[in-house]
Amino acid sequence: MTTETLKPALDLTRLKAWLPKYGVYAAILVLIVYNIAFTPNFLTLGNLRIQLIQVAPIVIVALGMALVIGTEGIDLSVGSVMALAAALIPLYLGYGVVGAIAVSLLAGVAVGLVNGLLVARVGLQPIVATLALFVGGRGLALVISGGQLKDVRNDDLVFLGSGDLLGVPVLVWIAAALVLVVAFVVRRTVFGRRLLAIGGNRPAAQLAGVPVQRVLIGVYILCAVLASIAGLLAVARIQSSDASSVGLLIELSAITAVVVGGTPLTGGKVRVLGTVAGALLMQLVVATMIKHNLQPSTTEMVQAVIILVAVYAARERKSR
Amino acid sequence: MALLEVAGVSKVFPGVRALDGVSFTLQPGEVHALVGENGAGKSTLIKVLTGVYTPDEGEVRYQDRPVRFGTPMDAQRAGISTIYQEVNLVPLMSVAHNLFLGREPRNRFGLVDGKRMAAEAHEVLRQYGVTADVRRPLGTLALGAQQMVALARAVMIDARVVIMDEPTSSLEPREVETLFGVIDDLHSRGIGIVYVSHRMDELYRICDAVTILRDGKLVHTGKLADLDRLRLVSLMLGRDMSAVRKEGFTGFTGESNASGAPVLRAEKLSSRHRLHDVSLEVRPGEVVGLGGLLGAGRSETIKAIGGAFPLDSGDITVAGDKLGKPTPVKALKAGIATQPEDRKAEGIVAGLSVRENIALAVLPRTSRLGLVSDRKIDKIVETFMTRLRIKASGPDQLVGDLSGGNQQKVLLARLLATGPKVLLLDEPTRGIDVGAKAEVQALIDELAAEGLGVVLVSSDAEELVEGSDRVVVLRDGAVVGELRGDDVTTEALLETIAAAADGDHDDH
Amino acid sequence: MTMSPSLEKTPTAVVAADERRAERTDRIVGLVQRQGALAVLVVVVIVAAASFPNFRSYDNAATILVAAAPPALIALGMTFVIITGGIDLSVGSLYVLGGVVSAYASQWGWIFAFLAPLAVCGLIGVINGLLIAYTRMAPFIVTLAALLGARGLMRALSDEGSTTYLVGSDAFRSFGTGSFLGLGYPVWLVIVVFLLGMVLLGRTRFGHAVYAVGGSEDAAALMGVAVRRTKVWVYVLSGLLAGLAGAINAAKLGSGVTVLGEGMELDAIAAVVIGGTLLTGGAGTLAGTIAGVLLLGVIQNMINQVGNLPSSYQQVISGAFLAVVVVAQTYLVKARRR
Repeated sequence: MTTETLKPALDLTRLKAWLPKYGVYAAILVLIVYNIAFTPNFLTLGNLRIQLIQVAPIVIVALGMALVIGTEGIDLSVGSVMALAAALIPLYLGYGVVGAIAVSLLAGVAVGLVNGLLVARVGLQPIVATLALFVGGRGLALVISGGQLKDVRNDDLVFLGSGDLLGVPVLVWIAAALVLVVAFVVRRTVFGRRLLAIGGNRPAAQLAGVPVQRVLIGVYILCAVLASIAGLLAVARIQSSDASSVGLLIELSAITAVVVGGTPLTGGKVRVLGTVAGALLMQLVVATMIKHNLQPSTTEMVQAVIILVAVYAARERKSR
Repeated sequence: MALLEVAGVSKVFPGVRALDGVSFTLQPGEVHALVGENGAGKSTLIKVLTGVYTPDEGEVRYQDRPVRFGTPMDAQRAGISTIYQEVNLVPLMSVAHNLFLGREPRNRFGLVDGKRMAAEAHEVLRQYGVTADVRRPLGTLALGAQQMVALARAVMIDARVVIMDEPTSSLEPREVETLFGVIDDLHSRGIGIVYVSHRMDELYRICDAVTILRDGKLVHTGKLADLDRLRLVSLMLGRDMSAVRKEGFTGFTGESNASGAPVLRAEKLSSRHRLHDVSLEVRPGEVVGLGGLLGAGRSETIKAIGGAFPLDSGDITVAGDKLGKPTPVKALKAGIATQPEDRKAEGIVAGLSVRENIALAVLPRTSRLGLVSDRKIDKIVETFMTRLRIKASGPDQLVGDLSGGNQQKVLLARLLATGPKVLLLDEPTRGIDVGAKAEVQALIDELAAEGLGVVLVSSDAEELVEGSDRVVVLRDGAVVGELRGDDVTTEALLETIAAAADGDHDDH
Repeated sequence: MTMSPSLEKTPTAVVAADERRAERTDRIVGLVQRQGALAVLVVVVIVAAASFPNFRSYDNAATILVAAAPPALIALGMTFVIITGGIDLSVGSLYVLGGVVSAYASQWGWIFAFLAPLAVCGLIGVINGLLIAYTRMAPFIVTLAALLGARGLMRALSDEGSTTYLVGSDAFRSFGTGSFLGLGYPVWLVIVVFLLGMVLLGRTRFGHAVYAVGGSEDAAALMGVAVRRTKVWVYVLSGLLAGLAGAINAAKLGSGVTVLGEGMELDAIAAVVIGGTLLTGGAGTLAGTIAGVLLLGVIQNMINQVGNLPSSYQQVISGAFLAVVVVAQTYLVKARRR
């Protein structure tokens, strides 16, 4: 057997390289196997449905976050953007579903534009630039909605939020489509490749004629638009708009999904499928623990440990 | 008794032998010049002396005892202080805080006595010619004053050895005089000084001894007075004068293909303190070398033409079309491709594949409606990987995993893929092995033969002379001479540089 | 070969003039950076006093100060962290956790009501600091994990948030509600802690090390600063102060409330930044931080005064404020560096 000839030291270095790349998939596999074996009713259609519906908004937001993190940035404002989008929906529903959706997407574009300008033009650190809209964005959403929960009754929106297509929730279809779109953007477009080059080595990208500012602004807009999609889907699902709760703390879940999925915080790499897997893994962890009567508090502490392990495993070794 | 001694020290980094059996001795009260071009091993040697690196072979003796400093702090505590070129102080902190950090005077409650600290700082710095308010943030002072603060700090902590890395590169003439006064003072107090500089007049004014490094090897050490300027420059830049001109040193053929109207014309490029009215013309098929010592403005000139160094004034014309305010994007569009000096920091994207790196600058050209055509890219990548003989396991290998030579070729491939009219090369063969070096040099020849205008910067005298049809010599950001035709020889180049380095000496 | 005579053309007069100009811009820029928040605070207070009769009352001023006490403590710790170039996202959770622990421990007397949250939150600060200083993980991500972990711990202690511990010590409760010379005890405590903080930051070697680490980590190390130890301590300090803030809040409310405090870390960061501390590290003052905290508090109070204005306007204004301040700061720093 060849395994005998492998030295343990070699195994360790291999493991180190392997872990951030495929660790998340392995962990999902382990959890699924465990659940099939030990969790009653895990493999029921109803359960899978719920899990997927719950994870869909996180996946959508995490996709945008992954792009931003790929440029060595971060976007804290995604939760506020969701709230803003949600607050705008009931306001413009009078102009039809399409109009309302367009307006909330436009709000995303506006927020992304401000974030992007602050980062690319002014040269602020992303964490600060997006902090301003994190604080202000939700406030604005609350002001727009008058701080009240508003019921949203519209058949088209209800279909988006809780309808089925070929037996699969529309929500999940939308999330899957967006995953494909983002994967396509990263792999196949000029924009995607430039984004990675900027994250990998900004001065080099600049010298190679990459329009750095334009690409960065685009990335933040894309991230905010994805967040506003998640926001309007949240409204569609719960059939009401509550700016104070929609998207609360989702930035943490999104960052966690991205990081656990193996995208390094140092930029230059975007793992789209990994991000999806990261979101799924965290969802599975929570679901498993709840099914086994562990408290949400324990779940949170476990999440904290998972984040630390993922970042520790993926952290870049400084040369020298 | 020797104060500080280096015996047979070697230091190897992956792929490079940065120091190879280097020895030298510093006597108390001696000002010892350490010279050599970029990559000669000066900074590695300094880092060995100050405990940043541990030598692989040989030993460092300090006051006749072998020492091994774990960190720069250990070296500093033992009495070896370094004044770096990039001032290693905290710019946002006040001058006084910087001077006293870690040794602040305290009152009887154990609290820092700010008033006393400011008064003492003011008093100390006056001796160094620094009269600015000591409560100002250090970073708002002129660079020269900052350097004086660093020097004052080093002397205050009872240094026995002070290592100065290019201390005058950012000083005004007045400040240089002050510095020399301080050095005289240290000298008389028996403090040994290792003085790194490229300014000949300075070396000859204040240094007693000299050690010359080239390619990590010791080429000379001894009394400075025994060495004339020309000999010093030739030791730094080239082989022995007698050995020069043998064939086959480089991969260049030495033929010229220059023809026609200039493809690049740079006129009166000026940037405060860095460039003064530098003008340059390159014809298609011509290789124009930029000569001069470190800090003469070679890299700045190249970057300015490539749009990556802000200019106060000056015009750049490519094939008859004037470039507005140059930016990297505009320059690239106009047909200027720039290979930056620092490959790792400004050139390659180490985390991306060979393919992505090569394609980076031609993405718009290989795509439609923002969608990348992998077929087109693959064709370009394949063409250049073959043509430049890039050794990689395939186009998908990460550039960070390649050898230095192949990384450089990937970078060149990226530039060539843009179909440039002018190629600006800043130290194209630095840090790559001999074989790759010859290949890159041959490639430069080939490209010129195809009608490209090339500007070449190199610290290697042979490379510059054999590679260039014409050499423009810079000093302190201004053109001080030009070699043409049969004058393009190592001797002439060294003479021009040596003479230029010595402004008030024209008796050669 | 001819020597160009144009080489030596930087007359000393020009240099001297440059130097003078630099000194002048520097003074102005430095002043704006340090005192900007204070100036805005004064203006806002004057405007508020002129427009709202109720704002002028003594009771209202006391209310503002008491409300500002916990955020002020958190912002104090955050100032130290940010000056080192780091960030601490865990303080909001630690604040809530501190409140719950304090209320729980108050059954054994007021001393424990103070010591227990300090111990728990300080310990989490130690973990934050050690991970950040010794594993090179980004402060942002480490403290993010701590945010989750501390929240989990808090929920575990409070039976998933369903149990609200009442403060069992009368002495402790009267600390939260009582006053001395017309100012609430918490306000006095904050004043004392800030004075200590100012001495620590401005007058001790540790304080200077904090600035040095944030200004340039490499240079600080070369100058003999114990970079890692300094980093660990600022996160410990931040944890301790968040715990103390939680304790004060518990004393004030008479119970360990499990729902308040979410997003508190970002308010603290906003206050610190508005107060002129650079998020890139190396510069900042505690006086500025106080001004920042009070500014946010006064704005909140003004919005309450208007009456029919939803309180969410405060968030909008803080956000806008933050953006304006950081953009202005960036340009000021650029101007300073010339």
